[in-house]
Amino acid sequence: MSHALEVRGLAKSFFGYPALAGVDLVVEAGEVHALVGENGAGKSTLMKILAGVQQADAGTVRIDGELRTFHHPQAAYAAGVSTVYQEFNLLPDRTVAENILLGREPRRFGLVDRRAMRRRAAELLAEIGVDGISPNALVRTLSVAEQQIVEIAKALSYEPRIISMDEPTAALAEHEVELLYAIVRRLSARGVAVLYVSHRMREIFELCSKITVLKDGALVATLETAETDESEVVRLMVGRALSAFFPEPAPGEDRRELLAITGAGNAQLDGITLGIHRGEILGIAGLQGSGRTELLEAIAGVAPFTRGSMRLEGRDYRPRRPAHGIDAGIAYLTEDRKGSGLALEQSIEDNALAVVRSSAPRRARTAARGLTPLLSELDVSARGPEQIVRYLSGGNQQKVVLAKWLLLDPGLILLDEPTRGIDVGAKRAVYEVMRRLTAAGHAIVMVSSELPEVIGMSDRIVVMRDGRIAGALDRAPSEEQVAALAAGTAVAA
Amino acid sequence: MSALARLRGGLGSTAGVYLVLLGVIVVAAVVVAAAGRNLFTPGNLTVLMTSIAVLGFVAIGQTLVILVGSLDLSVAYLVSLSSVLAAGTMAGASGGTVPGIVTALVATVVIGALTGCLVAYLQLSGFIASLGVGLLVAGYLASYYRGTTGKASPELAGFGSASIGPLPVPTLLMLVCLVLAVVLVGRTRMGMHLLAVGGDAHVARMSGVRAGTPVVVAHALSGLCAGIAGIVIVARLGVGSPTVGEQGGYDLLSIAAVVLGGASLAGGRGSLWGTLGGILIFAVVDSAMGILQVNPFLKEVVRGVVIIAAVALYARRAAPLVRRRFAAAAGPDPAEASAATAAGPTAPVTEGAER
Repeated sequence: MSHALEVRGLAKSFFGYPALAGVDLVVEAGEVHALVGENGAGKSTLMKILAGVQQADAGTVRIDGELRTFHHPQAAYAAGVSTVYQEFNLLPDRTVAENILLGREPRRFGLVDRRAMRRRAAELLAEIGVDGISPNALVRTLSVAEQQIVEIAKALSYEPRIISMDEPTAALAEHEVELLYAIVRRLSARGVAVLYVSHRMREIFELCSKITVLKDGALVATLETAETDESEVVRLMVGRALSAFFPEPAPGEDRRELLAITGAGNAQLDGITLGIHRGEILGIAGLQGSGRTELLEAIAGVAPFTRGSMRLEGRDYRPRRPAHGIDAGIAYLTEDRKGSGLALEQSIEDNALAVVRSSAPRRARTAARGLTPLLSELDVSARGPEQIVRYLSGGNQQKVVLAKWLLLDPGLILLDEPTRGIDVGAKRAVYEVMRRLTAAGHAIVMVSSELPEVIGMSDRIVVMRDGRIAGALDRAPSEEQVAALAAGTAVAA
Repeated sequence: MSALARLRGGLGSTAGVYLVLLGVIVVAAVVVAAAGRNLFTPGNLTVLMTSIAVLGFVAIGQTLVILVGSLDLSVAYLVSLSSVLAAGTMAGASGGTVPGIVTALVATVVIGALTGCLVAYLQLSGFIASLGVGLLVAGYLASYYRGTTGKASPELAGFGSASIGPLPVPTLLMLVCLVLAVVLVGRTRMGMHLLAVGGDAHVARMSGVRAGTPVVVAHALSGLCAGIAGIVIVARLGVGSPTVGEQGGYDLLSIAAVVLGGASLAGGRGSLWGTLGGILIFAVVDSAMGILQVNPFLKEVVRGVVIIAAVALYARRAAPLVRRRFAAAAGPDPAEASAATAAGPTAPVTEGAER
């Protein structure tokens, strides 16, 4: 009896660092198999090898017992492996049907048969139990959840034996997650093997029959879901108790209120009343699209509040553009490090001095002198300040962004997903910097999708839902408390 | 409301172009009428229809190139090259018609395909690749031709001046080519892949599209269209000229027409019908100014204003659909307000009067 997917001894290194070191994985037809591990554990590398995006250095992949190697994404599709990526591979200006059948458009008399295309797309959507999406709709008019469904329908159109899904619920709201569960169960009932990559324990225990845990590129264990529990899985993933991962809180002496927001709102936010104190880390939790990022943008002046008021150190504060926020001593590190935080082709020095040079040119010289000590304090590993930022690791890039803002000596630092996509060691370093900053009297507001991070780092947590504050929690609540507020299943006591 | 939503959607951008065209026609008609003249006399309309043929051909090719996410700055030189090759080969002889046309078109298609290869396989930007190739062609033209050259065959000259009803034959041919291009883009795999590569080459590649092919095809077709435009010029003028393309400004004008037609210079979005609208907008403006005998420098100014105004208008309409949750004026919904109240330290939700 051959397995739907059998991976043996798969290995892959980047620049001498092993990303995967001899991983084994067996998935049967119709099985939903979870793949878990921290960022950098090797999940994405494994998925990319299965998708034909990257090639393994060693090891074998068998599909239904047959040995396969994929040099190109198409080879993977042809062999029966479809992949649903976290960042969507869809064309926003084309219709649902055009996207699903891109590259395999049905033809009639040499011309593309649009009617057949629509029919096939509708069939595929019906197959996964979705009838609310028109094959003629432009993808950019769809919600994130609908786009996710289109992505799955596209994966299904290759008639795969195995579908691997990378955090398919990352962008979904609570009720949409239920729909995704139904789709995954349908696929599994049809005999498709599902490789389900997720951080969310609840989903994994709800959906998957087996769990494979990776850590630092190596296989830790493959467990039967029925014979394990969340805490065992987390322990295997992290390799230590979770609480030890976050540095001890170091609240500053000075706890005066720095920023007070009263009844503020704009097109995206409403009824925001919030105080931010020196020396504390305020965590902002909530689902994607709940208004977390919008809140930071409003404070920084990127997308200002249109009603209500803000007082900064007791004075009226009304930013209308980012420059106002910067002048008032507010640093905003965006979620999109590469897009809006860094000029990738410029040096560390040019990047780090960018804000000082533009907003306080007279301080540029002093700041330049302070740069080298700051970089070593942040433990940036680079050849020197003249190195081009593109060639740094994600963690070091994030530290350069931090350095850029710290040179301004901001009172309030807004962090949006400060550890997204950086490895565990760099994460720890970022956490330590955050602690040092609060100890020195800075205030930090941190948005994060990773609940352990919010809970482990925050002195106080505000949970957003639908553009409003759903509740506020004190230090170290349980994940359930936060999740319930975020999803709106409970009202804060 | 739904009509407005549709207008903001995909079909809407072309509709917007024709809305602008309608506005331009009205304004032009009023201005011309104010001067005691009539924009809509048969004579004026024929001039207008004749004037759109050459730019029309060039802009069809330019649209394909822009849809695939590239740009073709060599078209003006290709128009000139085609005109001298066609007229030179024909040399006024009837038997030269076919060899002249074939020579001109083969040359422009090959050069277009070459530009496409530079973009697709050497990863040059379309701007640089087509500028470089265009300058090569310009150098060739300047070295080997002094002034006008060759002569149109009688057949070609006849084609240039013929018309069916009110429609000049070259314009008719241009419209036929436009329809063929519409079919190519909307109803063939090549067209779908052209749009896909223009929209996001990475996504196209991940879906199994060979991302280079549509780029080469689009550039080759742009060369072909520029070649046909050159031949139409020979048919009109009776001779070939090494500078006729640059004088016509077909490179920037064709790009402007495509953008006036609502296409995105980033690629993947736009339509050939939109481009036709863009050309007509230019033609109407030019026609009105021709009737009024406006100073040629002022003409350029008016063209510039039209381009900027129209595209600024599109940009406003195409602003990303930000989902508004809370209108500034609306008070909080009682149910939601109570949820917010339950949620945390509350203050009355004040409705600020700020902008």
